[in-house]
Amino acid sequence: MSVFWAICRQHMVLAWRGGHTTLAVAFLFIGVTLMPFGLGPELALLQALAPGLLWVVLIMALLTSLDRLFQADYEDGSLDQMMLMPLPLELVVLGKLLGHYMALVLPLLLAVPLAGLLLNLAPAHLPMLLLAMLAGSPALVLLGGIGASLAVSVRRGGLLTVLLSLPFYVPVMIFGAGASQQALAGEIDETRLAILALLSLASLLAAPVAIAAALRNAVR
Amino acid sequence: MLKALENISAFYANPTRFMKLAARLHAPLWILASALLAYGLFRAWHVPEDYQQGETVKIMFVHVPAAWMALFGYSFIFFASVTALIFRHPLGHVAARAAAPVGAAFTLIALVTGSLWGQPMWGTWWVWDARLTSMLVLLFVYLGYIAIWQAIEEPTRAARTAALLAIVGFINVPIVKFSVDWWNTLHQPASVSRLARPALHADFLYPLLIMGAAFLALFLALTLTRMQMEILRQKLRVRRMSAN
Repeated sequence: MSVFWAICRQHMVLAWRGGHTTLAVAFLFIGVTLMPFGLGPELALLQALAPGLLWVVLIMALLTSLDRLFQADYEDGSLDQMMLMPLPLELVVLGKLLGHYMALVLPLLLAVPLAGLLLNLAPAHLPMLLLAMLAGSPALVLLGGIGASLAVSVRRGGLLTVLLSLPFYVPVMIFGAGASQQALAGEIDETRLAILALLSLASLLAAPVAIAAALRNAVR
Repeated sequence: MLKALENISAFYANPTRFMKLAARLHAPLWILASALLAYGLFRAWHVPEDYQQGETVKIMFVHVPAAWMALFGYSFIFFASVTALIFRHPLGHVAARAAAPVGAAFTLIALVTGSLWGQPMWGTWWVWDARLTSMLVLLFVYLGYIAIWQAIEEPTRAARTAALLAIVGFINVPIVKFSVDWWNTLHQPASVSRLARPALHADFLYPLLIMGAAFLALFLALTLTRMQMEILRQKLRVRRMSAN
């Protein structure tokens, strides 16, 4: 189990030191800053659109980070080494995904309240919005991992990763943004939250198996 | 029954035997597809005008069968990929690869004709209607599948990666359908409602079914032809490599 945590920690540290965390958070703020210029500065309009916009920007920030999940390890041969470890590849994958989640998604979620402030969200709206993002974001990382692993052997596979991940993100986006929209009405949308959690749990079961299969296939 | 199927499938695992069978099927399949298409289009052209939709109802005879084939095509790719990946049937990858652009083309036809039909009926080219949206996502799934084949150079690796994507993507399609249906019921403004669709009259139903059969024959003919091309391409590749 210590190997699992070591892999998780290594991925986290590399993402942090490589500046990927900063880049993702910067991307979030750049996206949010551009919105008022595109939509007009009217505060009521910005508030009405804020939950959906934040989900879009969150997903975009995450999509740009996906090709860093396995690509470097594939190119420098670390992936071959990881396959020789006593730890099953599925758990290695899970460790890396957890590291990716902690290094990228958690900072993004911490930045969301501030970004929401820029879009005129009131503090009362935030708990529900963050709850929806917490419930849905594991699925985003896990499903994005599938796209990243399928495209891993393709040089500059960033665009391919995004194309492959997009159809998987549609359901998470629908229920996530839907639940967050209810935050504006001050309601807790238990049904959508439950579906989001279900999507995350289902991808927790399925994604590591699919990713490990794709990686084995790429390395062979 | 199952045993017989197993024997047949094992017999045609040999590409040369399959090519013999394909050569025999090729012409009849194309003739069948052309005949059905000609007859279906003729019948569709002569349906009575719909009292609400007028002439535009004729778009249905292309639109609906194309949408059927879009879904059939992806299921075809899924089953071919399962056969290839799990039962290791060598023709599975070839069949799946051959069917992909055909299915994608039918998806595009369904989307474009839907748009052309939507303009006079709904007053707009595009509506984020649940069916249209899930078809659009299906098109992206097709494009991703085709892109994998294009992007990965090494053939066996490309084949296995594509098969993996086909299987995972197949699980995703109904989830997308479910969530898009859910989403649409909340977002759809009341002004853009689907026309109440009466049960199809026989005058419309038979031409539609004939067109469905025609598109199915067309799909199979195109896929078979592309499979033959793919096998020839593989043979050529081997020859080139051994010549060097």
